[in-house]
Amino acid sequence: MLSPGSGNTVIKSKLISRRMFLISAAKAVVMVGLVGRLISLQINQATKYKSLSDKNRFREWKLAPERGAIKDFFDTKIASSEPLYQLHLIPENAKDLDNLFVRLKAILNITDRKVSYLKRVIKKQKPWEPVIVSENLDWSDFSRINLFLHELEGVEPIVSVARTYPDNSSAHILGYVSQISTKDLQTKEYLKDLAVPGMAIGKTGLERKLDEQIIGKVGYQRYEVNAYGKRIREIKIDQGQAGKSFKTTLDYEVQKYTNELLKDKAAAVCVMDVYNGDIVSLVSSPTFEPNEFVHGLDKAYWNSLIKDDKKPLANKALSGLYPPGSTIKTLVALSALENKIIRPLDTFRCKGKIELYGEKFHCWEKDGHGIVNLRKGIQRSCDVYFYEVARKLGVDRLAETAKRFGLGKKVLSDFIEERSGVVPNTKWKKKFIGQNWYLGETLHSGIGQGYFQSTPLQLCLMTAQIANGGFKIKPRIIFDAKNDNLRKYLKHKNENPNEPLPTDLLVSNFDLKPLFKNQEHINLIKDAMFSSSNEPGGTSYRHRFENPKYTFAGKTGSSQIKRFTEAQREAEVKQESLPYNDRDHALFVAFAPYKNPQYAISVLVEHGGSGGKAAAPIAKKVIKKVLERHELRRSVNNQIGESV
Amino acid sequence: MLQPRSIQSSLGIRDKILSLDFILVISIFVLGLVSMFAMYSTDGGEFKYHTNSHILRFFVFFGMFFVVSFISIRFWHETSYLIYIGVFILLLGVKYFGLTSSGSKRWLDLYFMNLQPSELMKIGLILFLAKYYHRISIEGVNSFRYLLLPITVLIAPVILVATQPDLGTSILIAAGGVIVAWLAGVRAKFFTISGIAMLALLPIAISFLKPYQKTRILTFLNPERDPLGAGYQIIQSKIAIGSGGLFGKGFLNGSQSYLDYLPEKHTDFIFTLFSEEFGFFGSLFILLLYALIISRIIKIGNVTRSNFGKLYCYSFATAFFLYVVVNMMMVLGLLPIVGSPLPIMSYGGSSMMAIMLGLGIVMSCKIYKDVPVN
Repeated sequence: MLSPGSGNTVIKSKLISRRMFLISAAKAVVMVGLVGRLISLQINQATKYKSLSDKNRFREWKLAPERGAIKDFFDTKIASSEPLYQLHLIPENAKDLDNLFVRLKAILNITDRKVSYLKRVIKKQKPWEPVIVSENLDWSDFSRINLFLHELEGVEPIVSVARTYPDNSSAHILGYVSQISTKDLQTKEYLKDLAVPGMAIGKTGLERKLDEQIIGKVGYQRYEVNAYGKRIREIKIDQGQAGKSFKTTLDYEVQKYTNELLKDKAAAVCVMDVYNGDIVSLVSSPTFEPNEFVHGLDKAYWNSLIKDDKKPLANKALSGLYPPGSTIKTLVALSALENKIIRPLDTFRCKGKIELYGEKFHCWEKDGHGIVNLRKGIQRSCDVYFYEVARKLGVDRLAETAKRFGLGKKVLSDFIEERSGVVPNTKWKKKFIGQNWYLGETLHSGIGQGYFQSTPLQLCLMTAQIANGGFKIKPRIIFDAKNDNLRKYLKHKNENPNEPLPTDLLVSNFDLKPLFKNQEHINLIKDAMFSSSNEPGGTSYRHRFENPKYTFAGKTGSSQIKRFTEAQREAEVKQESLPYNDRDHALFVAFAPYKNPQYAISVLVEHGGSGGKAAAPIAKKVIKKVLERHELRRSVNNQIGESV
Repeated sequence: MLQPRSIQSSLGIRDKILSLDFILVISIFVLGLVSMFAMYSTDGGEFKYHTNSHILRFFVFFGMFFVVSFISIRFWHETSYLIYIGVFILLLGVKYFGLTSSGSKRWLDLYFMNLQPSELMKIGLILFLAKYYHRISIEGVNSFRYLLLPITVLIAPVILVATQPDLGTSILIAAGGVIVAWLAGVRAKFFTISGIAMLALLPIAISFLKPYQKTRILTFLNPERDPLGAGYQIIQSKIAIGSGGLFGKGFLNGSQSYLDYLPEKHTDFIFTLFSEEFGFFGSLFILLLYALIISRIIKIGNVTRSNFGKLYCYSFATAFFLYVVVNMMMVLGLLPIVGSPLPIMSYGGSSMMAIMLGLGIVMSCKIYKDVPVN
């Protein structure tokens, strides 16, 4: 078995060396292969792997930009981005979480439910990811936390920026902001690069309309992170860009005043400059607290809002649709005059009702108004007069005038909640209801009932365009310094009736569009409205101003909810005695001052009963407030006008 | 037995030191230094646990290397079987008393260190077979009678280690044994036949694989299959090495490793860390250092007289080469992640001990090159 002969050993040794040589050759090849792999990875593909390594290393966190402010006409901020005090907790830094929560409960007002919720969140998250203990601390809580900070390890007071509204007076027109939803991300193109977790965007009103410009540019923080996603150090920070601020035509003082007036009512008020269309005030009531929406809405509060019959979330001035009622009579009369259907002094006899094909059409005055001409028809709001006029005029001609004055289409652009309403005519009925028009429906349309639907803002625009002498204006809510030419034009015409227009009026973008054929007709309507408000027997006579500075000319109206039965008529049932939801909506439109009109107003009070009783008193107070601030407003306008 | 003793005793300590292969000693020391820097970097540029214990181990086992070198090759030849049997008993001990960590039972708790006998088996098997084939005549090598024992001593530890489970180490142990056999003259035909037999048995073997081992092989075939799970290590290692570029990111600047993207950076992926920080040239330097060490071992094999010494040196050189290459191919994404340390560079006492023991015996072959073993 053992053969350690020296010859054999040498042969064996040679065999071993030979085989070793083969192995060495193979080793050399493998080594070259390894070098080749290194060359491929570290030289040929180095760029690719460097970028992959950076992709590993760096992570960016987007920073929500500061939302631009919204200011009123006098530069008061009515929506701003204010510092917000928050309390964050980094579980990793806290030594004893249970103990910490006990301490926090003693210092702040935190419920047990919130604590157990936070504990659940902490369990789900990585230990270095902060949880928000409190979204919005008031200053006293915040300073108390800072005082005890040394014994609250893991807790971090954070100063952030959030949308803040001074009060709820303009909640509807401003709208509210709230967290971005998945649907927002899918539907709104401009949010594509903007989406930052936790960022609030405009959901309604101006906040929504201006969102794209007011939102600003997103900043970012670049961090080096480790494999577990923990931030190791900050590499770069870009604060982004705050959003653009906007100046509106609203008067915050009037907003507050009006909001207070409408408290507890389901109502809306619009005030508009009759020459440049500046919306001075637009209030819907009841209102809601827009600040509540910024940091995730409290469920109980939300439920209370959506369950309220008075619909606090709806902007009644823009999206509330109501039959215009007797306020339309101004346009019925105007349309009849323009179409030469009647002359101002043509009369009808009102006996309280007329009959048409066996159907009875009642005047609101059971005993009738007697002999009625145009002026008296508007002053007393005689229904029979307007049944007769409407019958002669026909609904299509009425609709044409109503549309010209802005009914049936949206007044402002880009407000998703705004609705266009309905101006019915024969074609409309055929198209949308599929039936032929009945003459009886013309009569109803003549007193603004039936199919007619309008928003308070439309009625305000209609009134403004009557007040300014019958010229088309484009209402606006975003302040624009370079558009006050209708006022200048009219002033020039009044002062120098025979001179040609100055060139700046000719070349400017101002487009003079008379809505009348004969301006005298407009003046007749204005005069009739004056008598309605200021002469005995007028429907709003009781709420007139004696002082010519405030004198207004108006028209009452009510939108029928339920037509009275014959029995109710006989019993002379009063609106006030009906159940709240069956009462008519009260309407009132007016312009003031009568002699030199500046502002138009529309007031709606849901289920308020008659316009004269429920809406006119509110209009009177708002008119006084607006006119008191008129000089101030003019001076700002002039200042800006000069600087432009 | 009496004759050689006179020659052995004629070597004084001075002679022994002078007959060391200094190039090899210096190469090992330089590699040791490099490994300390790498370990220091894995600790984030601080002397922490891994660095300190690595430095300590290196010097302890480097000292052991000299002690082993100065002991006559004849002693190692005589004790070869004993060493193998001793390590085998340790392996059996692991099976019954071993420590379990991340699902595999590989370690023995020796109080001052956790010993991984499978690492020692890499050397033990080579020693055993080198001695065995030293004794067998060239004609006898291929006879069935003389194949039986080698196959047995090879298969037994491989099965023990594979079932720990530790696929990587068991394959490397087997590879070491196969190399000795082949160098000793076992015909290529035999290896071809057993290779084919193993391929035939592969499906059965696969059915015995643990799920994670199957995943590793699948992941190797396609790392992007599960980039956050099993493929993560390969992808991150390639990113680290590739992003090192020509010159590397600089010492202590390997972002992949200090931000924890790199797994197992102390042990299997130490080369990745070094390569990320020192780039292509750094990697090349390490590669050349290993090539130098291997070539010196082969050179010692060339000059040593006994066939035992030659068989041992050549086999150890080749096994050492395999350890290096398997580890590098693994981290470069050329092999599945099987878990095999990079000699000297990787953190781990048993591996360091086994390598230093192996190198010490090589050096003993150099010092006692003219001593006949029997």
